[in-house]
Amino acid sequence: MSTDPLIAAGHEDWRLFVAKARANRSFQAGAVLTLAVLAMAALSLVWTPHDVAALSISDRLQPPSAAHWLGTDHFGRDIVSMIMAGSRNSIAVALIAVGIGVGIGVPLGCWAAARRGLVDEVLMRASDIVFAFPALVSAVMITAIFGPGAVNAIIAIGIFNIPVFARVARGAALALWPREFILAARASGKGAARITIEHILPNIANLLLVQGTIQFSLGILAEAGLSYVGLGAQPPATSWGRMLAEAQTMIAIAPQMALAPGIAIIVTVLGLNLLGDGLRDVLDPKLRRER
Amino acid sequence: MLAYTARRLLIVLVTLLCASAVVFFVLEIVPGDPARLMLGLNASDAAVQALREQMGLNEPVLIRYFAWLGGMARGDFGTSLTYSVPVIELIGERVMVSVPLALIALVMSTAIAIPLGIFTAARRGRPADTAAMAGAQLGIAIPNFWFALLLVWVFAITLQWLPAGGFPGWSDGLWPGLSALLLPAVALALPQAAILTRITRSALIETLAEDYVRTARAKGLPARVVLWRHALRNALIPVLTILGLQFAFLLAGTIIIENVFYLPGLGRLVFQAIGQRDLIVVEGVVVLLVATVVFVNFLVDLAYGWADPRLRRR
Repeated sequence: MSTDPLIAAGHEDWRLFVAKARANRSFQAGAVLTLAVLAMAALSLVWTPHDVAALSISDRLQPPSAAHWLGTDHFGRDIVSMIMAGSRNSIAVALIAVGIGVGIGVPLGCWAAARRGLVDEVLMRASDIVFAFPALVSAVMITAIFGPGAVNAIIAIGIFNIPVFARVARGAALALWPREFILAARASGKGAARITIEHILPNIANLLLVQGTIQFSLGILAEAGLSYVGLGAQPPATSWGRMLAEAQTMIAIAPQMALAPGIAIIVTVLGLNLLGDGLRDVLDPKLRRER
Repeated sequence: MLAYTARRLLIVLVTLLCASAVVFFVLEIVPGDPARLMLGLNASDAAVQALREQMGLNEPVLIRYFAWLGGMARGDFGTSLTYSVPVIELIGERVMVSVPLALIALVMSTAIAIPLGIFTAARRGRPADTAAMAGAQLGIAIPNFWFALLLVWVFAITLQWLPAGGFPGWSDGLWPGLSALLLPAVALALPQAAILTRITRSALIETLAEDYVRTARAKGLPARVVLWRHALRNALIPVLTILGLQFAFLLAGTIIIENVFYLPGLGRLVFQAIGQRDLIVVEGVVVLLVATVVFVNFLVDLAYGWADPRLRRR
C-alpha cells in the first residue's frame, strides 16, 4: 500500500511543508507563541499557581515576588493565575466564533459559487449588508440587547465571521469551477454537492486555514474589547478584558495591574498574526505577498 | 460613468434599507415596554396604555418601521425616551466629540503611515525596513484601549501634561477641547497607522515592479524621481481609498476609546442608551454609523471607477 501514488504524494506534500516551514521565520515565531498560549490555557485547566477565585485582602496590590510572580490585584488575587485562567476564555470565545464563521460561511460561499446567478447575488448582497455594520458597533448592540456574557460575545463575533468566510470560500471556489479536473468530475456525472465536498473543499482548505488564523486573532481582540466594556465574560469568570477594566480603576495606584493582561493579549494576537502570515507563505507561494 | 454612479447609488439605497430594517427588527424583539420604562414601575396600566397610544406603539410593526424610516429621511430620528429631547439633538452634540476625535486620529495615522510606508518600501529588505515592519506587526496586535490606558498612566498621571479624561466642550476655545482629544486620538491612531504603513509599503513595492517603472529606470531617471514622480502617484490610489474606509472604522473605534477617557461622544451615548433601554437612540446612532460606512464605500467605489474606467463595466 505504501506505493499508492496518492499516499506518496501526501508524504511529498508534508515534506515540502516541513522544509518551507523550517525556512519561514514568521511561521516559526508565530507557531511558538501560539503553542505557548495554548499550552498555558491547557495547563490552567489542571494547575494554576494560586486559586484564581481566592480573595485575600491582606495580600492586595503586591509587587511581583517569589510567591506571586506578577504580583496581586486589588483583591489580593494572583495575577499569573488570572492571566492563565483568562486565556481559556479568550481562546474559547475566539475559536468558537471562528467555528461559527467556517461552519455557516463556507457552505454558503461554496453554494454561491456552485449555483451562481440569483443565489450568488443574494448571498453577496447580504454579506455587503453585514459588512456595512462596523463590527464593534453591532457586537456592542447584540451583547447589549441579549445581555452581556461569553455566549453572546461568541455570537456577536461569530456573525461577523460568516460573511468573511463566505467571501473567501466563494472567491476561491469560483476560480476552481472552470478548471479541468472539475470538468472531468462533472463529466463523470458527479453532482455539485459531491464535487464541492470531494474536490473544491480540499483545494480551498489552505486558504480557509490562513483566514481562520487571522479571524482567530481578530476574535481575541474583539473579545478583549467587549469584556473590557463589560459586555463579555461575567464574574466570576476571568477574562483579560475585564482585568484591564479593573486595572483602569487602579491605574494611579497600581499601574502594574494593567501591564500583564495587555501583554498577554499582544503576545496571543501577535503569535496568531505571525502564524497566519507564515502559513500563507508556506502553504501557497502564489499567495505570497510582496514584503 | 453616469450609469455606473446610478447603479452604485441604487446599491447604496438598497443596502441602507436592508440595514435599517435589520436594526429596527432586531431591537423590536428586545423585551421591555418603552412606555412603562418612561413612566416608571409605579405607573398605572391605564397611563402606560395612554402613553403607548400617544407614542404610536400600538400601531402594527410595519407601519411603525416605515414611519421611523420616513422620519429619518426628513432628519427626524424620534424623541429620546430618557432625555425627552429629539434624538437628532443628542446625536448632534455627541458628533462634535466623536467626529473631531476620528478626524484627528485619521490625520495622525496618515502622517505617520504614508512617510513610513514610502521609507520602508524604498529600503526594502534593509534593517530599517525590517525594524519598521516588526513595529507594524506589534502595532496591529496592540489593543487600542490598553494603549490608551498606558498613555493615561504616562502622560496624564505621571507627567500630568494632558487630562486623563472628560471633555470641557469647545466653548472655552480650541485648546481645552483639543487637549482632551489628544491622548484618545493617539490611542486610536496607532493600530490604524500600523495597518496603513503595511498597505502603503506593499502598494508601493507592487508599483515599483511595474513595467513603466522599469522603463523610467531604464531611460536613466534617478531612483528618487522614479519613486516620487512615477511610482508614488499610482501607488497612492489604493492607499487613499483605504483611508476613506478607515474613517468609518475610526468612528466605530471611538465607541470603546470614549469609555476609557469618559468622553461624551457617540460611543458613550450608545452605551448609556442601551443601559437605559432608550432604543430609539440606539437605533438612530447605529443607523447613522452604518450610513457613514455605506456612503464612504460609495465614494470609494466612485473614486475607483473614476481612476480605473475598466471597473465601470461590471
